[in-house]
Amino acid sequence: MREVFVSTVQDAMRTDPRIAVVLAEISRDVFAPHERVINVGIREQALVGVGSGLALSGLRPVVHTYAPFLVERPFEQIKLDFGHQDVGGLLVSIGASYDAPVWGRTHQAPGDVALFDTLPGWTVVVPGHPDEVGPLVSDALSRDDRIYIRLSLRSNTRTVPVTPAATRIRSGRRGVIVSVGTTLDTVLAATADLDVTVLYATTVRPFDAAGLRAAVSGVDHADVLLVEPYLEGTSAHEVTVALSDVPHRLRSLGVRRDAELRAYGTADDHDAAHELDVVGIAAAAHRLFDHPVV
Amino acid sequence: MTATRFADIPALFARMTGDEKHEWAAASTLDVLWVLYDLVLDVSPSRLDDPDRDRFLLSKGHGPMAYYAVLAAKGFLEPSTLDDWTAFDSPLGQHPDRVLVPGAEIGSGSLGHGLPIGVGMAMGLRLQGRDARVFVLVGDAELDEGSNHEAIAIAGRFGLDNLVVVVVDNESGTTGWPGGVATRFEVEGWSSSTVDGRDQEGLFDSLTREHAGRPHVVVARIRGAR
Repeated sequence: MREVFVSTVQDAMRTDPRIAVVLAEISRDVFAPHERVINVGIREQALVGVGSGLALSGLRPVVHTYAPFLVERPFEQIKLDFGHQDVGGLLVSIGASYDAPVWGRTHQAPGDVALFDTLPGWTVVVPGHPDEVGPLVSDALSRDDRIYIRLSLRSNTRTVPVTPAATRIRSGRRGVIVSVGTTLDTVLAATADLDVTVLYATTVRPFDAAGLRAAVSGVDHADVLLVEPYLEGTSAHEVTVALSDVPHRLRSLGVRRDAELRAYGTADDHDAAHELDVVGIAAAAHRLFDHPVV
Repeated sequence: MTATRFADIPALFARMTGDEKHEWAAASTLDVLWVLYDLVLDVSPSRLDDPDRDRFLLSKGHGPMAYYAVLAAKGFLEPSTLDDWTAFDSPLGQHPDRVLVPGAEIGSGSLGHGLPIGVGMAMGLRLQGRDARVFVLVGDAELDEGSNHEAIAIAGRFGLDNLVVVVVDNESGTTGWPGGVATRFEVEGWSSSTVDGRDQEGLFDSLTREHAGRPHVVVARIRGAR
């Protein structure tokens, strides 16, 4: 995903003089030298502030580093230098929730999307495959608003044409699964034997409430399983609002909130620990959809 | 009516504070702001969106009465706006908001944001081939914020000669800056001037000093009210 992101930005820079990239060492060797690719060193607060200043001067900034350093360390800069100044920009992270668990907790950011949920006016985009990154980044570069794109080193095996709305991957009768970004492969493998509708989302803010309502209206029971590659239940409030006038059940899967997982290993190991692997998602799906409220 | 003389400032100040004798004179930023808007900045109320205007970023957003008074004196604000400042529907708060205040380039209040934004602005203007300059006003205690030191280093390394920082130094920082504020900038490659923050001629000379190839800091020292 990172390579597609970089090549998409560099292609766009050839024709769009508005685009400027701000880096804090991460990915510095992936970008070719250019006067509008600015590496400020390991200075993440200034990274975000500089991005804001570039935007206020009339440019379209692309601010990029590893997820915890982009979102969590300079969070007040994101809140004030972009939101409060009411200026646009494109923030792009790499690393996701635990792409490389050998580095431990310091390099994990399962709470990033939940943090953006505390700020108004941000579009949040979570690609699930490198082929989805190009069109998502191109669209974001052409706009003027505030966008967070969450890239991952992981990927689904299949790609889905990207749209702002959720895409219906499968239709069924017993309920609806909302699968975000890189969770799609696992969700489909875990629910192959279940007669459920599967929606796939890359743009999670704004949340496709209309798409969810339409999907729920076509199933026998308003049971929703939300599967996200970041903090468990991050979009639960969006589902609640979308279905506020529909009696429904919601089960949320994601990175566990109740404990810091002090373990290394592989991303697959962490999926298993958070019950985000095929076994975990299948178990949760069967518990929800095999026991409808009648 | 647009006031254009420094002597009009006390009356504008009094519209916010009700005190015609003292508070305006005690404002540590007043002389710097006046010299900037009266003599240095290439800005005007008719050019709020002109990409070639100079930018002034008030990073030290607390105690903005002097800022509002100068903006009113220079026609950015209707003076009557000052009368109900900090009321619910007034555009003027205890910290300025760029979305609400005509001429305010940034909203500020939380310390340590203006200088990194100013660095990005100076970079962006330079990349676009514009001659506009960026002036950022910070307080000496505000320099405690680490984000400023990130920005000072970046500006020095990138040789941002379209950037001028004014540090209003009234020694308000609890832990202080041994060797003086200016040395922290100089070691990062900035040129510097240290002047009496009440000396308008000295401020003008310092704010307009030649500093080709590197950013410039003006340390405006304030010793109490005059």
